[in-house]
Amino acid sequence: MLQHYGPQLVNLLAAVMLLLAFAMLAQRRIMSLINLFAAQGFTLFLSTILVASLTGQAHLYGSALLTLALKVLALPWILHRLIRRLNVKWDVETLLNIPTTMLFGIVLVILAFNLASPLSLLAGTVTKSTLGIALACVLLSFLMMITRSKAVPQVIGFLAMENGLFFAATGAVYGMPMVIEFGIALDVLVAMLILGIFFFQIRERFDSLDTRHLERLKDQ
Amino acid sequence: MPAEMLLLLVSPLAGGLALALVGHRPRAAEVNAAFSTTTFAAAAALVTRVVADGPFDAFHRQFFVDPLNVFLVALTAFVGMTTALFSRPYMRVERQHGRVSDGGMRLYHSMYQTFTFTMLLVLTTNNLGIMWVAMEAATLTTVLLVALYRTHASLEAAWKYFILCGVGIAQALLGTILVYFASEKILGAGTGALLWTQLDSVKGRLEPGIISIAFVFLLVGYGTKVGLVPLHNWLPDAHAEGPTPVSAVLSGLLLNVALYALIRFKVITDGALDRPFASHLLIGFGLLSVAVAALFLSRQRDVKRMFAYSSIEHMGLITFAFGLGGPVASFAGLLHMTMHSLTKSAIFFAVGHATQKAGTQFMADIRGLIRLSPTVGWGLTLGTVAILGLPPFGVFASEFLILTQAIAQAPWAAPILLASLGISFAAIFGKVQPMVFGEASVARLPHRPALLPVFAHLLLVLMFGLYMPPYLAGWYRQAAALIG
Repeated sequence: MLQHYGPQLVNLLAAVMLLLAFAMLAQRRIMSLINLFAAQGFTLFLSTILVASLTGQAHLYGSALLTLALKVLALPWILHRLIRRLNVKWDVETLLNIPTTMLFGIVLVILAFNLASPLSLLAGTVTKSTLGIALACVLLSFLMMITRSKAVPQVIGFLAMENGLFFAATGAVYGMPMVIEFGIALDVLVAMLILGIFFFQIRERFDSLDTRHLERLKDQ
Repeated sequence: MPAEMLLLLVSPLAGGLALALVGHRPRAAEVNAAFSTTTFAAAAALVTRVVADGPFDAFHRQFFVDPLNVFLVALTAFVGMTTALFSRPYMRVERQHGRVSDGGMRLYHSMYQTFTFTMLLVLTTNNLGIMWVAMEAATLTTVLLVALYRTHASLEAAWKYFILCGVGIAQALLGTILVYFASEKILGAGTGALLWTQLDSVKGRLEPGIISIAFVFLLVGYGTKVGLVPLHNWLPDAHAEGPTPVSAVLSGLLLNVALYALIRFKVITDGALDRPFASHLLIGFGLLSVAVAALFLSRQRDVKRMFAYSSIEHMGLITFAFGLGGPVASFAGLLHMTMHSLTKSAIFFAVGHATQKAGTQFMADIRGLIRLSPTVGWGLTLGTVAILGLPPFGVFASEFLILTQAIAQAPWAAPILLASLGISFAAIFGKVQPMVFGEASVARLPHRPALLPVFAHLLLVLMFGLYMPPYLAGWYRQAAALIG
């Protein structure tokens, strides 16, 4: 049963990942953005568990648990705490032209699929068809970082990019070796803590977390 | 694991932990210097071992040392030590001026050591995944250092640094995943497939299509950290706004280490592909960096910013040399890496004292250094002369070699290089000259400047220009042979 429907279920979860990436691109409220990020992490967790049980790769269970602990629990919790302490909980960003951004996003998805198609032909995994979606998630998060002007959404874009990369690793090679995944997770966690400190410093100086204040340094 | 190797990595790590606790004490700067000196001693011992016994690996092949990385280990540890010596009086003055708090000093000392650790880890690890993790950690340790003064400009610089390098390094992770994707087909899943020595032995059998895509991502990723144009935007800001010792190690060491990572992947890519794909990319990015940086140099008003652009120019030159390839060009690239690292950190030391005396980084407000402080003035003049590639300094030797190789292998590139070097000569010399000579505008400092590091570096650069000891030349030749 699982062997039969498993690969299709993986594809379904991949589609959910992509959908969530688009949702984040268009979301204006910071609170909802964090929830979407957590949901994407949870989808990644589910799909990793599924791939693990389909292929019997034991270390993927570890990777899935790491995703659950870090991307679904720790990071959203830290983000929630941060925005409560910074008092930006109800911040709404004025996003320029959501439809245009979405169209750009679609172009990026097509680009990602083109880039991934020769790669997925070479992959021997049951998940190879998700490689294109993983690359698309990376590019969409990248687009999100470019289009946002506030610090917190930019960071969420950065973290979502990491989600896409983990998804790519699962799709192409059933995950990186465990040591490396731990190392990456540690880096992401430390980055988040440093950013937390950094947010307070920016706020202390500018009374706002708008990174448009941070565009003064230019070459004369 | 051999004792030297263990000490090399444990000393900065222990230093980072210890100074996190006591880094604000009056004697912390000495402790910092002591840890860096220990690290350098370990590096020197490691060099003797490699020269005597040849390359070796350690700890289940997770670490390895060959002439290429041991030379960078020695350079990193050496500049790390001299910068710690320089930062002792420098940071004390900053503390007295009230620009840094006690907590800031603790952060500074602790992160300085941790940063050294991450760079040495990038250099000595055999595992390309760990290399990525350590490189990201190197960014993270320096982000808060760039923001140490908490001014508007420094916060902005640090934010840019974090976001741009974070995005860049994410591309490098994708590249690393793709390399693993290619190698796990041949070497099997698990850590073994990420070991560089393993990959090197099977590089001819790797899937060329995957490796070429991977190299593009790696070039964009690590290239951001090298400061290659057009990925260089973070570099001038981070160099200009951080404390000067941090500018010195960022410019003199971190850029080298990032380029080292790129070279390791270039070797694999060259082996997997039968066409000079990686070389062409490196030549293109290198040349673009040299040309664009030269054009930007004359527009700078901030002295540290100007020398940051000069770093972009020189990293471009080195990348270009590795792109050309062959024993002579790679030799010249490695030599130029050493020369740039020593000269540029010496310049930053001198500039650091000069800006402290003048109380500003704007070149127009720094005048007549040589009157009030002849040693700082001479240090800056000689450093500038050296970095501009005038004989008899070593930079002349390496630039000359790169130029002759460019004429031999890619004649079309030679005019671009020559023109860029000419433009940057005019720009830098024209701006430094009035800073050093002319009417004095600078004040005396309560502390004696630490100029020993400046002259030690310049003396080494001079030595390389006049006479290269045969065993050093042999060592460079071995390292160049590894790059191909």
